[in-house]
Amino acid sequence: MTFIKKPIFRHPSLPTNAIGLTYRDYEGVVSTLCAGCGHDSITASIIDACFELSLPAHKIAKLSGIGCSSKTPNYFLNNAHGFNSVHGRMPSVATGANLANRDLTYIGVSGDGDTASIGLGQYCHAIRRQLNLTYIVENNGTYGLTKGQFSATNDKNSKNKRGMDNPFGSIDLAVIAIELGAGFVARSFSGDKEQLVPLIKAALEYDGFALIDVISPCVTFNNHGYSTKSYDYIREHRSVFGDLDFVPEEETINTSYAEGETISLKLHNGREINFKKLGDDHDPTNQHKVINTLRENRAEGKVTTGLLYIDPNKSDLHQTLKTSNTPLNALPMDDLCPGNDFIDNINNLFR
Amino acid sequence: MSNNISYNELVIKFANVNGSGSASANTFCAKSLYRMGIPISAKNIFPSNIQGLPTWYEITVSESERLARKENIDIMVAMNAQTYASDLNEVISGGTFIYDNSIRRSFDRDDINIIGIPIAKLCAEEYSDSRQRQLFKNIVYLGSLSLLIGIDIDVIEKLLADQFKTKQNLLDANINALNIGRKYVMENIDYPLNKQVRKCNKNSNKIMLNGNEAAALGALYGGATVASWYPITPSTSLVEAFEKHANKLRKTEDGHLNAAIIQAEDELSAIGMAIGANWNGSRAFTATSGPGISLMSEFLGLAYFAEIPLVLFDIQRGGPSTGMPTRTQQSDILSCAYASHGDTKHMILLPADPNECFEFGYKSFDYAELFQTPIMVLSDLDIGMNDWVVDEFSWDPEYKHNRGKLVSADDIENLKSFARYRDVDGDGIPYRTIPATHPEYGSYFTRGTSHTDTGGYTESGVIHAEMLDRISKKFETSKEMLPQPIININSPKSKIGIINYGSTTVALNDAIAQLSSNGIGVNHLRIRSFPFAKSIKDFINDHDFIFILEQNRDAQMKKLLVSEENLDVSKLISVLNYDGMPLTANFIVDNITESLNNNKNIKAANSPPIKIV
Ligand SMILES: Cc1ncc(C[n+]2csc(CCOP(=O)(O)OP(=O)(O)O)c2C)c(N)n1
Ligand code: SF4
Ligand SMILES: [Mg+2]
Repeated sequence: MTFIKKPIFRHPSLPTNAIGLTYRDYEGVVSTLCAGCGHDSITASIIDACFELSLPAHKIAKLSGIGCSSKTPNYFLNNAHGFNSVHGRMPSVATGANLANRDLTYIGVSGDGDTASIGLGQYCHAIRRQLNLTYIVENNGTYGLTKGQFSATNDKNSKNKRGMDNPFGSIDLAVIAIELGAGFVARSFSGDKEQLVPLIKAALEYDGFALIDVISPCVTFNNHGYSTKSYDYIREHRSVFGDLDFVPEEETINTSYAEGETISLKLHNGREINFKKLGDDHDPTNQHKVINTLRENRAEGKVTTGLLYIDPNKSDLHQTLKTSNTPLNALPMDDLCPGNDFIDNINNLFR
Repeated sequence: MSNNISYNELVIKFANVNGSGSASANTFCAKSLYRMGIPISAKNIFPSNIQGLPTWYEITVSESERLARKENIDIMVAMNAQTYASDLNEVISGGTFIYDNSIRRSFDRDDINIIGIPIAKLCAEEYSDSRQRQLFKNIVYLGSLSLLIGIDIDVIEKLLADQFKTKQNLLDANINALNIGRKYVMENIDYPLNKQVRKCNKNSNKIMLNGNEAAALGALYGGATVASWYPITPSTSLVEAFEKHANKLRKTEDGHLNAAIIQAEDELSAIGMAIGANWNGSRAFTATSGPGISLMSEFLGLAYFAEIPLVLFDIQRGGPSTGMPTRTQQSDILSCAYASHGDTKHMILLPADPNECFEFGYKSFDYAELFQTPIMVLSDLDIGMNDWVVDEFSWDPEYKHNRGKLVSADDIENLKSFARYRDVDGDGIPYRTIPATHPEYGSYFTRGTSHTDTGGYTESGVIHAEMLDRISKKFETSKEMLPQPIININSPKSKIGIINYGSTTVALNDAIAQLSSNGIGVNHLRIRSFPFAKSIKDFINDHDFIFILEQNRDAQMKKLLVSEENLDVSKLISVLNYDGMPLTANFIVDNITESLNNNKNIKAANSPPIKIV
């Protein structure tokens, strides 16, 4: 972080994680969002997830587009470089950053306007390329920062604050992601930390494109009685699609659920994700069934949350491009430049 | 056959149908002449089409090195019946018009030599396969031409052998086709023509290549590791060449690549990726043309304001809008200099030929990191896609890539403080870290919103204005560090100057030589970068009249000069061409001569050059 050198003081009574850091070390600057905004709860969950995973914050890069949601990377991980880019274009900036250094962890934060409207193209193409990125959409069904216009994730016929109907159908970012081959797709609710934190942890550990579409009510513009993205509506209409238990190291798996079957999935990096099925149809590795279930639930007015889909065997963009194992930004200029030794050969190509 | 044969001064033009396989035969011809040691320049005038529309290829051969395009064609190889009429008109009186007389035609010009060769018939007799019949027509006319004007057959055969190294049967077939063309001429035509070529020794330190390939090699030498792009003529071949050479020069032992080349979904994404990669410490570039510049504008403003290095090659083509996608222009000057909203400004490099594309290609990455801002290398279709004969590349073994004020983990341990956007050294250029530099020090938040010198969000008008002023200072600093103009004082006493930039230089050099021999002395300055070096204003002040030569309608460079340097407009005279074709020297000579004839003050400012060039 920008600094003037002074000794770092850590309160001895604060709990530390495996690398000796406290929760404080993962915080950012004070949020300037509205009190009660769902986005702030997501920020808190991101901090929890990084703290619990004992990730070194400086090895994370946090990127975003433009919107209330996109401001939040400033509010977590002060020791990580952050990049608040332009509206809807975070995926491309994250792609470039990731190409430069494959060894960092990338968190992208976006809004529903940022992703489902202006940035829909970049979103789709980042998925196609299996960019290794945890992509968090803070989905409030409205344009918060420009004061309450409809967004493309708003359900048809839901109303805005002034009582106007939304005449257009909505875009389901999770269905698009599954359709386009994202390896990890989840949906959650900003008000449910217990569900959200393990999802973020699993997404961070997943090597590939990991979407978490988080319903995140906008208390100022979209939390009224006719909204389908309000706290009350989501609490009443939530259907949980299985439970996730993320096992970071060699810890024993402990699921607190008695019934149903547990699927255990090994990731490339050896980590394990345990998924607790809640019903026979809930197989998070079956693309077609998942999409069907999402559609059926939606038709019944239910908002499906949880880990929706996972493919543990996808290869990420670097594997596809066969880029060097050493991060490109760590290659010395002298290795990259063919130098004087090759100049004759090169000239000879053109004689 | 004529008695007064002239050597190594002629213009050959091929008129073909696009997609008929003529391109490689025409290039073989140019390359053979180059290998004979003769100075040449070659221009491919092609349509925005894959098959069927007319296309031309011009080769100017000039041992005296007057290599600008010329209006008058000495030898027209007319292989496209659609354009016979106009092609015939372009032939200079006493010149030669060669056509395929498999279908007989009559042409009503008796001042030129009309040669019919039944190329289609010859190929139909020789080849049964229809594709071969089509393709080898091109090699047959090359064979005929070689005998007519004296291209060394050994040189052509060696060139073909190099080309088809591993494909003996293809080589044999091509040589066979060459001989069909030669044999027909030998048996049926009065040769050689009065315009001949012969070996000379002017190319031993020269190479023949196009600017896009040169720029791609420059990027490789500059240490670029990420190339993100979206296809658009005439920039496409730049990234394709980068990929081709990276696959040879950047492969690791285990088959991985020390580079990432990625075709984006559009130009917005292409530049976004390049910005992300540069932000994260890789040298990254994108390449595009006018329409792409329009789309990239928002991101260019971000890179300017958040101070992220970036290299962008803009291979200019004919605008506005989709314009003339396969013709050349210099019409992105203003849109690049001020791309994006708000107070933005960008550093521009202006290479004049492929050799400079290579040089600016690697230097641009140093400048981008030195000044932490986008560097736009403005080439054009003429430089980028035509083959030029230029000085061979050289590389200084002592050259060290300059990464500017990029702070390493060790550096940061030794710093007492770090603020990303603080002007510590008084040159306007702050220090920069990349992600993961250090566990505790040096992280900051990059944003396009107004920021304090530590990168914090601010809405303070005072801080905002200070930030803009500091960035201006950086641009001030750059003026004497970017490539300086090339100045030629041909006539110390003349008060007439001419300013140009980029690909018009060849035509201008020819024109200055012609003007000199007509007693008109013009001093010359070639702009190579923006913001403008101080010597440009000095040059303008030293002259009473300044011609500014550009390939656009709106005198974009003149406007930029006037507004940036507070110039007196009355002494500036634009010479503008915007028909999409590489310039001819006559165009410039006529313009300047006319100005002198029409304005006695300009005439009075003239003083003949000391040496006739
Ligand atoms: C190119 C461009 N167009 C428009 C805007 C204005 N704008 C800022 S934020 C925003 C919408 C943000 O909505 P969303 O992504 O849903 O974020 P939220 O504020 O709801 O979290 C818009 C349209 C902009 N910054 N840039
Ligand atoms: S306007 Fe809505 S989205 Fe923006 S900060 Fe306020 S509550 Fe959050
Ligand atoms: Mg929103």
